[in-house]
Amino acid sequence: MTESTDLTRMTAARLASVVATGDASAVEVAQAHLDRITAVDAAVHAFLHVDTAGALAAAGAVDAARAAGGAAALGPLAGVPLALKDVLTMEGIPTTCGSKILEGWRPAYDATVTRRLKEAGVVILGKTNMDEFAMGSSTEHSAYGPTHNPWDLTRIPGGSGGGSAAAVASYEAPLAIGTDTGGSIRQPAAVTGTVGIKPTYGGVSRYGLVALASSLDQAGPCARTVLDAALLHAVIAGHDPLDSTSIDLPVPPVVEAARHPDVRGMRVGVVRELTGDGYQAGVQQRFDESVALLEELGAEVVEVSCPHFPYALAAYYLILPSECSSNLAKFDGMRFGLRAGDDGTRSVEEVMGRTRATGFGDEAIRRIMLGTYALSAGYYDAYYGSAQKVRTLVTRDFAAAFEQVDVLVSPTAPTTAFKLGAKLDDPLAMYLNDVATIPANLAGTPGLSLPIGLAPEDGLPVGLQVMAPVLADHLLYRVGGALEAAMLDRWGAPILDGAPAL
Amino acid sequence: MPAITPEEVAHLAVLARLDLPAEHLARLRAELDIILESVATVSEVAADDIPPTSHPLPLTNVFRADVVQPSLTAEQALSAAPATESGRFRVPRILDDES
Repeated sequence: MTESTDLTRMTAARLASVVATGDASAVEVAQAHLDRITAVDAAVHAFLHVDTAGALAAAGAVDAARAAGGAAALGPLAGVPLALKDVLTMEGIPTTCGSKILEGWRPAYDATVTRRLKEAGVVILGKTNMDEFAMGSSTEHSAYGPTHNPWDLTRIPGGSGGGSAAAVASYEAPLAIGTDTGGSIRQPAAVTGTVGIKPTYGGVSRYGLVALASSLDQAGPCARTVLDAALLHAVIAGHDPLDSTSIDLPVPPVVEAARHPDVRGMRVGVVRELTGDGYQAGVQQRFDESVALLEELGAEVVEVSCPHFPYALAAYYLILPSECSSNLAKFDGMRFGLRAGDDGTRSVEEVMGRTRATGFGDEAIRRIMLGTYALSAGYYDAYYGSAQKVRTLVTRDFAAAFEQVDVLVSPTAPTTAFKLGAKLDDPLAMYLNDVATIPANLAGTPGLSLPIGLAPEDGLPVGLQVMAPVLADHLLYRVGGALEAAMLDRWGAPILDGAPAL
Repeated sequence: MPAITPEEVAHLAVLARLDLPAEHLARLRAELDIILESVATVSEVAADDIPPTSHPLPLTNVFRADVVQPSLTAEQALSAAPATESGRFRVPRILDDES
């Protein structure tokens, strides 16, 4: 099959058009992707659950709607398949969050993101693998085994949303949903050569998103192109009364921005503290080339200092464990999920202790303990209190930077994909993967990662991060779209064409 | 900050309802020491005059209209429970002594 007729190689925008015009049915599109999953997912392990019957039924409903009402009856992504991160609920479909403690749980309700996807006619293929409760940068903390990077199956796909990024990179789905608490959409996008966006905090409803850190979590789109990501962003975003932290303002014009990418006259700031030391040579090289390209495209590039960003990682690893130890308290073996050691004689406290020790993996336990410590009387001011002050300082750094420039850029991650197992026994080394993405989570600002080439030393994808002010998500797409078009012009083909066949 | 003691780690595990074996607690003590030493850098810049930020959005008291909305049925709410009895969650004994 040539590339132009292989349904799994098409962009989401093209697939929607193919379904709308009737060149292929939504059922054919879904079946092609289900076949692809059957062919490659044993090697990639992007999915924890594939909902074949549900996907074909949803696709059939799109075809029926078209038959009854014509193309006008279809939304802009109707009939396009999608992979859903296993941290979002979907009624009747297993939702594990990558944890044994939720094995077999079938939620009784849809997350708002899931509901909006269904209403838009998006065909949900299944649930994707992730680090347990989204804690990790490699998917190695999944209780169900790691996902493998489609570029090199011996390497990590990033995390926590490695399953979503790998599904998109391996043509199992043109679109996926991720969630980003400290970089879990952007870092996997960077190491798999795909596009990922963390919207402004509050831009996408968290209802039905199993909480890790409630003040940091944000769901967003994963795709192979900037436009596809924008189309998905528009479907899932917007105010939701079921999430009290949802922003009641219009969704930024992301699709329009992606369709008209242009950086002429834009002021772009390179964050001094997010380059240089600690960044792999090939990552820094591709980043520098991209900054030069932005200048060629008409942007005005300046260096900007965000002096408190070097403290963001430390603040994050106090705030996140604190919120997570509180959020994960609900997994007590009483109302849902695992219950261990209930032999009729043990007390509820004993059963809880056994349930949680059995059901949570090493990283979840580590962070629960860390958070419990940070929130303890006597340590609260020194740790959690100070971290909250750093959060203020990071937010002020962003505000000062955005007085000088329209957007900020940095490498998304300090390195390309590392080998599975390389950092599993060194929590601090693992945490450093998110050093460039965490500031945006602390401030609630939006961020995008897009591929900017392969590192010369290892031939693996490098990502560039664009950061914008709160509710200026459209600027991410303007800059990302312009860079993507210029890169495609230079390369002659999308970066993923260079990935080895699976 | 003083190094975390074995007694503190054991106490934290009780607070967090994690019934962990001794060797896991010993490993955690070493890991928490390293992590806490690293994150303690936050105190270098956390001056007294800096207000804390707990949340990125300055929201307070978000209410909805006081109108009854559809919600889960009792059957749905109980559907994922490890144990039920008479239409309720069945839990282990909640008192330490049978008295």
